[in-house]
Parts: sequence; C-alpha cells; structure tokens
Amino acid sequence: MNRRSFSLFVCLVLIGFLNTAVCWDELRFYLRSEPKTFNPLAVADDSSETVRYLTGGVLLRLNRETQKLEPGLASSWTVSKDGRTITFTLRPAIFFSDGTPFTAQDVKYTMDQLMDPELRSPTGDSFRSDNGKVNCTVLAPDKVAIHFPAPIAGLDRLFDQVAILSSQSPKKEMAVLGPYYVSDYKPGSLVYLRKNSNYWKHDSSGRQLPYISAIKLEIQSNRDLEMLKFSRGEIQLINALDAEYFDRLATSSPALVHDGGASLDSEQMWFNQVGTAPIPAYKRTWFTSRNFRRAISSAVNRNDLCRVVYNGHARPAFGPVSPANRFWFNSRLQPIPFNQKAALRLLQLDGFQLSAGKLRDREGHAVEFSIITNAGNRARERMAIMIQQDLVAIGITVNVVTLDFPSLIQRITQDFNYEAALLGLVNDDLDPDGQMNVWLSSSETHQWNPKQKTPATAWEADLDRLMRVQASSMDNQTRKKYFDKVQEIVADQAPFIYLVNKNALTAISPSVEGAKPVVLRPQTYWNIEYLKLAVERASNGK
Amino acid sequence: MKRLRLAAAILACVLVLISVAGSFVPRFDYARQDREHVGSRPSSGHWLGTDDLGRDRFARLLQGTRISILLAPSAAVVSMLLAFAIGAVPGFAGGFAERAAVTAIDLVLSIPWLFLLLIVRAMLPLNTSPAASVTITFLVLGLLGWAAPARILLARARSVRQAEFIILARSTGIAPYRLLYRHVIPNLRPILLAQFWISVPIFILSEANLSILGLGVAEPLPSLGSLLRELETVLSLRADICRFAPLVMLVVIVSSLQIAVSGREVPS
Repeated sequence: MNRRSFSLFVCLVLIGFLNTAVCWDELRFYLRSEPKTFNPLAVADDSSETVRYLTGGVLLRLNRETQKLEPGLASSWTVSKDGRTITFTLRPAIFFSDGTPFTAQDVKYTMDQLMDPELRSPTGDSFRSDNGKVNCTVLAPDKVAIHFPAPIAGLDRLFDQVAILSSQSPKKEMAVLGPYYVSDYKPGSLVYLRKNSNYWKHDSSGRQLPYISAIKLEIQSNRDLEMLKFSRGEIQLINALDAEYFDRLATSSPALVHDGGASLDSEQMWFNQVGTAPIPAYKRTWFTSRNFRRAISSAVNRNDLCRVVYNGHARPAFGPVSPANRFWFNSRLQPIPFNQKAALRLLQLDGFQLSAGKLRDREGHAVEFSIITNAGNRARERMAIMIQQDLVAIGITVNVVTLDFPSLIQRITQDFNYEAALLGLVNDDLDPDGQMNVWLSSSETHQWNPKQKTPATAWEADLDRLMRVQASSMDNQTRKKYFDKVQEIVADQAPFIYLVNKNALTAISPSVEGAKPVVLRPQTYWNIEYLKLAVERASNGK
Repeated sequence: MKRLRLAAAILACVLVLISVAGSFVPRFDYARQDREHVGSRPSSGHWLGTDDLGRDRFARLLQGTRISILLAPSAAVVSMLLAFAIGAVPGFAGGFAERAAVTAIDLVLSIPWLFLLLIVRAMLPLNTSPAASVTITFLVLGLLGWAAPARILLARARSVRQAEFIILARSTGIAPYRLLYRHVIPNLRPILLAQFWISVPIFILSEANLSILGLGVAEPLPSLGSLLRELETVLSLRADICRFAPLVMLVVIVSSLQIAVSGREVPS
C-alpha cells in the first residue's frame, strides 16, 4: 500500500513537473482588447491582427526589418506589366494545422471569400481597384493567377495581409498555415496559441520552426498592470510602451527596453475647413488661409513637444510620411523651424494685427479657437496645452477641450461642429496607396474637409490627380516622384499640421532570444518563428 | 466634539483665505510653463516642484483649492434650491404634486450620474474660456445633484404637513404661501443646511472624478480634481511625494467640512 502511494506520489510530481516544463516554453504578452474575430479575412482591430499575424500563413511576407517582401507559401511570384495579374508558384507538400493539404484551390477559395462584398473585409477593400470581379484561376496544382479589373500599384505587398484559408477543412478558419494555431479562447481573459506541428518553415539546420511551443495572450487593457507584470517577469514582451514607462524601465533595466527611433505613427492637428460646418464665417476664412495654417505651424515648438511630452522619444514631424518609411519619405522636405516672428509676419500678410497682446483679424475679431482631443490621452492633452501656451505668445487664445472618444468622432465625422482637432494617425502601410483615403478630396477621411463632390481648392485637385496617377503606375520610382510631389504640396499647404512622429518603444525580456525590435508592427514579434526562450535553449543544450 | 468642529471650521476657513490670498501674489502663476524645469523637485523657486509641463505645483494647488472650495458651495446652493422646489414644496402640497415629485426624484436617482455628466459635458459649447468652463462644470453638478437631498426634504415636508400645528394653522385660515414661509421653511432649515454641507464635498469629489476622466475644468485652469491626475498611473506611487499635495488638500478640506457639520442636530 505504501509502495502504491509512493508510486502515485511520484507520478503526480512528474505530471506536475512536465506541466510546469510546458509552461516554461511559453511566450506571454498582452492583447490590449478583445479580438473581435478569428476570421483572418475580417480583421479590423489590433488584437485580431495580432492573432492573424501569429496564426495566418501568407503567400508573401513583408520583412519588417528590411521592409522588403519575402516568399511565404508562394516560392515565387510575378506581377504582369499592366499590374492587373499576379501569378504565384506555391510550395509543395504543405499542410494546414489540422492536416488538410494546401493547394492552389485554397488560394482561389480565400480570394473568393475575401472579395465577397457581404464579408466587408477591410483587407479585401485594398484589392478593389475598380468595378468588376476579381478572378482567380488555378493554372496547376501549384500555380495560381489572380486577375484584377484595374491595375493595382504595389499589388504584391497587399498579400502580406491575406491569410490563406482551407477550402476543405471542416475547421474552416481555425485550420491555419501559420506558425501557431488557436488552441483555447476564454472571452475576456485569454487566447492560447500552440505551435503548429505542420508548419512548413525550417531553420538553416533543418529544425522545424517555430522554436517556442506556445503563446499565451492575456486580454488586459490596463497599461499599469502590463508594466508591473513585465517588471515581475510574468509577461515577456511589450509591443508599444509609453515614454514615461520606457524611461522608468530604462533606469532600472536598460537592457530590457529598445527605442527603435521614429515610427510610422504621427500626431497632428488640423483646422475644420468644411464649408457647411457650424462655425462663424470669419473663422472659416482664417482656417482656409494657407498663411494662417502655416503661421500656426511655425508658432508651435515641436522640439519642446518631443522633449517635454515624449521625454525625447519622438521626432518633430513636418510631413505626411515618417522618416521610418525609408523608400517613400521625401528627404527634400525642410523641417519647419519654430519661429514666432515669422508666424506673425505670415499672419500680417492676411491682415492680422497684434495689439495689446491680442491678435485681431482685418474685421477686428480677436483670434480665438478651440482644439478638441480625446479625453484620457495624456500625451495629446499635454501637447494641446503646450500649443495653447505657444500661441498665446502671438496673441491667439486657444481653448483646449477634451471629449470622450465617441463625442469627438461624432464631431469630426458627422456634425463637423469643431474648429481644430488634435489626433494621431496610426500607419501600418508603407505604400502611399494606404493613404489614398486621406488625400482624395472625395474620401470620408480627408479630415479637414471630407466627402467633397469636387475639390474645393486647386491644390486639393492636384493632390487627387497625383494620388491617382501614382496609383496607376507600376514603376515604384515613377510613383515615388508623384508621391514626393504630394508630400511637398501637403507640407506647403499645411492642411494637417504635423507635430511629432512617436518613437517605436518596446520592451523585451532577456529570456526572449532572437528578438530584433523594429518600427513596423508587430514591432517585437515580427520574426516569431525565430524567437527562443532562454529556458528552451538550455533544455536543448542538455 | 464641539471644539473639534470649531477647529475643523477654522481650518477650512484658513485654507480658503490662503488660497484666495495666493491669487494676489504674482510669483504664483499657475499657467506658466517652465519647460526647462519639467517635473522638478521642490526648490526655493518652486516650493512643491513643477508638474510634467513645468508649471508651479504650489501655485496650481492654491488656484485649484480656490476654485473647488468656492465653486462647490455655489453648486450646492443651486442644488439645494432645486431640491427645495422639487422636494419640499410638493411634499408639503401632497396629492398629485407629491406623487409626480417622487416619480421625478426616483427617475433621476436611477440614472447613472457619471454617464449623464459625461453626456451633458460633451454637449457644452467648445469655445468657452477656462473660467466659464469651470463655472459651467460646477453648475452642471449643481443642476444634476438635487435628487438625493430632494428626497429627504420631501419626506420631512410630508411629516410637517401632517403635524398638528400645521393642521391648526390651516384651520385658522392662514394663506398657503405664509404657511410655507412661517412654518415649513423654519422646520426644514436644519435639513437644508445639513444637506448643503454634505453636498459641498460630494461636488468637490464629483468634479475630481470628471477631471480624472479629463472632462473637468478646462486647461490651463486647475482644480483639485485635475491636479489629482498626476496620481493616475502606477508610476506616481514611487514618484515625488509632492504629487500627493492635492490629495492631502482634498482629504483635509473634505474631512474638515464633514467634521464641521457632523454634530449638527438634524430633526428626525
């Protein structure tokens, strides 16, 4: 009896030990919100995008470090000269996570699903170049061609977002070709991913990737908690850190944090130029004046914004493309110097006069406007307060108004009942086509004056023309020439007053090996297959 | 107990006087951003150091205290007037007016006040000066904060209505407005005063809640609530102890007001 009890005890200890051992080889980090979907074609939020990136197999993958495309499930690809057809040659002997074989039929099935108007896929929208159907032709079991009704510039890079679905698997979208599959999901709590044993990729020594067996994604929006858990070693990655937290960690453990330099994200303000907006006519005259906008731009001390608000972890921004976007950034654009005298001179050109510390327009109206931003975003609130003080120096009164996010969105997209807004632009796409919705005057997100039937100004007409021309060209050098011009017009007209490009701040536990943080999303785990945990390496060594 | 109440009342008065006097000292500029000394430690130039935009914490504390301690009682006055009109008058009148008042009070009390405040705050005009914004914020608090005192006043007015001396007064043919003025209001006065003093700290804390959500008084004007935002992240737990000054001030003010009114006799 005693022997039996002892054996049982030993078994339990072993089971416990093995269980713990499995947990050791587990990468943990936080999702900041509930993933809205596990269907990779319907992804529209950050958390779902994280799950898609870790589980989805794609034909081509953008290398976040080199910013160049690399073969994925397709071993090679060609884009036709007219930019309407892309042909993929697929890798042989690849299987989905449930064992279903991967064929060209799956690519066709995925494209058909993606372009189904009822799905309303944001990923699919990028492929809608014109009216007409997207046709996918299976040329051979390992060859597939996709035809589009009109040319699409940068067509191949769009496939970085298209996770291939199985046409045969009963598990539907839960059968995946990526390095991990979703093994457990507890709503509001966690998403648990396990290594896909059928994953096609191997390292140079022939070992199957990924190295890490499991990923635990806990759903937690509290950044304080994220920071505490990271400090205690309970999570191993933070993809985007606030400057304050970054500095705190950098003081105690400088090896854990990484400042990747300017990211693609920008913070900017703009004036409401909507013709029907419920604002006084004299204010609309100010806001539609190039000189007025440029004067405001000159009067804002961007260096102070970077230094005070972001503790130096940001760069002054002066154009629509961040320097992090190496190819498309127009290096000829000149920084906007902080010069309040120059700002006053520009304002005087429009008849503004500074008297007794108050700036007045031609008709004697004191220059006063409000800036709205979202409540709770401390960085934006601080920037608005600093702009308020900067503009006081040239006699302008600014009222800073923080609003809850739904009210703010209502004002800037529906009522247009605001004067100026300060918000950020999250940019995931390197290609200028990703900004089409911002620059086309007919677009709903042409923030300063959306949904125009015809361009309200000559320079907006130029923007429309240049964006369309660059999108129709298949030669990237030619496209860049046009897009450089777009950037110059935007810098000259200042419809958006770009303030800062935030740095990509990340934190990676020393137990994670192989991490190469970059500025593009996902900053810390873009090379997830090659990441190792220190414990795992030790066990391999044994 | 009486001495403690007196001490608390004196302390509250001293704080009011100091905060008001601070506005006459030019060196205490609550809005000036000293960007070269952001988040600095206490010094002879900045007695409580500077905040994350380089603004003098002591000047902001004085200004914030002045705003909260002067406007919260004003909001309480508005609230008490409404509570009297919606609670006490129908309670004394009885009948349909009383039933309607009870329904209205229950309805208002069932509304989550924070969301209501958020909606009302979002509907305010954008181009209001910080001074107007702070007044509006407290006015909104006063306009929305009448329901709880109204319920108490209504109950008390109902019992006064049924009291023998009122029945006797009615039998003498006294006019209703005179009845209200000469007999009801004096009987409700202790409750009104107690509710007033209870409302003051509640409004200070409500404004603090709104400010922590970024929806309180407009920048650069400070209030005790907006100053508390320096403590909103876990980082502040290890930060400069001067960040806790507004919290200490709030606790002292609220406690002294509560102690000052706690021993007042409230008729049952």
